[in-house]
Amino acid sequence: MRNAFADEILSLARQDPRVVLLSADIGNRLFDKLKAEFPDRFYNCGVAEANMIGVAAGLAQSGLRPFCYTITPFITYRCMEQIRVDLCYHHLPVTVVGTGSGLSYASLGGTHHSCEEMGMLRLLPGLTVGGPADAPELRALLRDSLNQNGPVYLRIGKKGEPEMHSAVPALKFGQSITLREGTDACILSIGTVLPVAMAAADKLAEQGISTRVVSFPTLKPLDEKCLTEVFSRFKVVATLEEHSILGGLGGSVAEWKADHPELNARLVRLGTPDEFLHLTCEQEEAREHYGLTAEGVASQIETLLRPA
Amino acid sequence: MADTDIASLNKIAAQMRGKVIEMVAASGAAHLASAMSCLDIVVAAYWRILKLDAATAADPLRDRFILSKGHAASALYAVLAERGFFSKDWLDSFATHGAPLAEQPAPGCAPGVELATGSLGHGLPVGAGHALAAQIQKHDYQVLVCMSDGECNEGTVWEAAMFAAARKLQNLTVVVDYNKWQATGRSNEVMQLSPLREKWAAFGWKAVEVDGHDISALIDALDRSKQETGKPTAIIANTVKGKGVSFMEDDNNWHYRVPKAAEVEAAKKELGLL
Repeated sequence: MRNAFADEILSLARQDPRVVLLSADIGNRLFDKLKAEFPDRFYNCGVAEANMIGVAAGLAQSGLRPFCYTITPFITYRCMEQIRVDLCYHHLPVTVVGTGSGLSYASLGGTHHSCEEMGMLRLLPGLTVGGPADAPELRALLRDSLNQNGPVYLRIGKKGEPEMHSAVPALKFGQSITLREGTDACILSIGTVLPVAMAAADKLAEQGISTRVVSFPTLKPLDEKCLTEVFSRFKVVATLEEHSILGGLGGSVAEWKADHPELNARLVRLGTPDEFLHLTCEQEEAREHYGLTAEGVASQIETLLRPA
Repeated sequence: MADTDIASLNKIAAQMRGKVIEMVAASGAAHLASAMSCLDIVVAAYWRILKLDAATAADPLRDRFILSKGHAASALYAVLAERGFFSKDWLDSFATHGAPLAEQPAPGCAPGVELATGSLGHGLPVGAGHALAAQIQKHDYQVLVCMSDGECNEGTVWEAAMFAAARKLQNLTVVVDYNKWQATGRSNEVMQLSPLREKWAAFGWKAVEVDGHDISALIDALDRSKQETGKPTAIIANTVKGKGVSFMEDDNNWHYRVPKAAEVEAAKKELGLL
C-alpha cells in the first residue's frame, strides 16, 4: 500500500503543482522518484512530527496542498493538538496519512500499534477520516483528497495487502462499495481487514447464510444512505475494523443507530477490545488473537442469526 | 509604509499601551503585562518593517506577522486597528460576548490576523511553513513570528528551529519577547532558558540580542534579518513585562490582573496620554 501511496503522490504532483509531500524520516528510498523529479516538493521533516503538521498548515495557508506521511501512532497521537488547532480549527486542506495502521506493526509492540486513533480523530470538527482497504481504494481517496477544502486523515496499511479491486474504483469520501451481495447479514468493513470480511462471507455461505460485504472506507462523514439501507434490509449488520470497537467504525455506527431507533437490524461490532496488545506476534497472529479471522467473524454473525 | 521617525513611533507605542490598558480594563481580560511587553516589537514591525497593510492583508505576496504568543492579542489588535486593518470600534468590544475580537485570536477573526494562536508553540512551525512556501513558490516575502520566552518551553519551538535552519529559511525571523517571566515564575527558573541567544545560534540561526524597547534597535535588527546569510534570524528582545507603567513593570501579578479605574488613569498619566 505504501508503494501505491508513493506512486500516486508522484502522479498527483505531476498533475497539480500545489502538491507537496512531507515525511517524518520514514520511507527510505520510497520517494526517490518524487525527489528526483520535484526536488522542491518533498521534505523530510525529521523525527519531529508535530512540527511537520505545523509546517503543513503554513504551506496550506500559502496555497499549497501538503500531504504528511509517517507511521500512524506518531502522526496521530503525538500530533493530536497540531491536527486539531493548526489543521482543523483553521480548516486547512492538508492530508495526513498514517502508514502501518492498526496492527500492521504488531511485532514492534504497543508503541507502534494504532487501534484508537480513528476514534480520537473523528471527534475533530471538519476532519474527513478514511481507511482504504487496498491500494486502488487508497489511490481513489488520495485523488479525492485534492477535492476537499478541509483536512483529511487517511489510515493505510504497510505493504503486500491483497488487492480487492482490479482497478481504481469510482470512490469518493463518504461513499462505500458493495463487493459481494447477500440477503441475511451484512458486514461493513473499514481498512485492510476487508479480505477477512470476504472470507467470512464464504464461510457463512457454507452454512447457508447469505452475506453482503461492503467496503466502508470513510469513517467520517459516514455513508448514511448505505447505513439506512443495510439497517432496514438485514437482520444483522456487523462492523469490522482493525481498531478498537470503541470510537471507530463500530462506535460511529452505534452512535448513528441510536439516532435511528426505527431501524431494527442487530448491530455487532467486531474489532479490537479496549486493551493494549501485550502478545509478541505478527499481524496475522494478532488478528487471530482478537478473532478478526474468517472463522471468528463468521461465528459471531452465525450466533446472532441462529441463537442457541 | 511611511518612514515614521523614532520619536513618533515611541509616541504611537505609548498610545497603543494606553489602548490595551483600556481594552483589558473594559473586558476584564488577562495578560495585560504580556501585551505591554511586546508592543514596541509589534509597532516596529508594522510601521517600519512589514510589507503589509490593510490593502494587502490577503495578498499571497504579503509579508506575514504571526503573533505566536496569542495571549498578547490585545497588542496585535490595537496595532492592526491603528493601521486601518479594521475599525477601531472593534477594540471597544474586545473580549465581550459576540464580539469579533476574542481574548485570543480565532481563525480569520479579523483582517490581518494570520493564525489562531494561544496554545503556545504553534506559531513558529506554521511560520516555517509560510517561509517554506515562499521558497517553493519563488516568492520573496518575509515571515516574522513573535514568541514569548515562556513559549520556548515548548518542544515544537525547537523542532521548528532545527527544521528552519536545515531548510535555510532565511526569510523567517523570530523575535523572542524575553521579559524573563512566564505565567507563574521566572522564565529562567521554571526551565533552563539561559543562554537563550546562544541556544538559537547553536540551532543554526543567526541570533542577536537587542533592547526590546529600543524601537530603533529593533528596526535595525529586523532590517538586518533580511540580509543574505542562508540562515533564519532569531532576535532575542530583552523586555520588561508591563513595560511603560511603573507599577506594572516586572510585577508578574499583572500577568492576570485587571486595572481598576484609578490605575487606568495613573497608567495613562505615566504614558503621557493624559
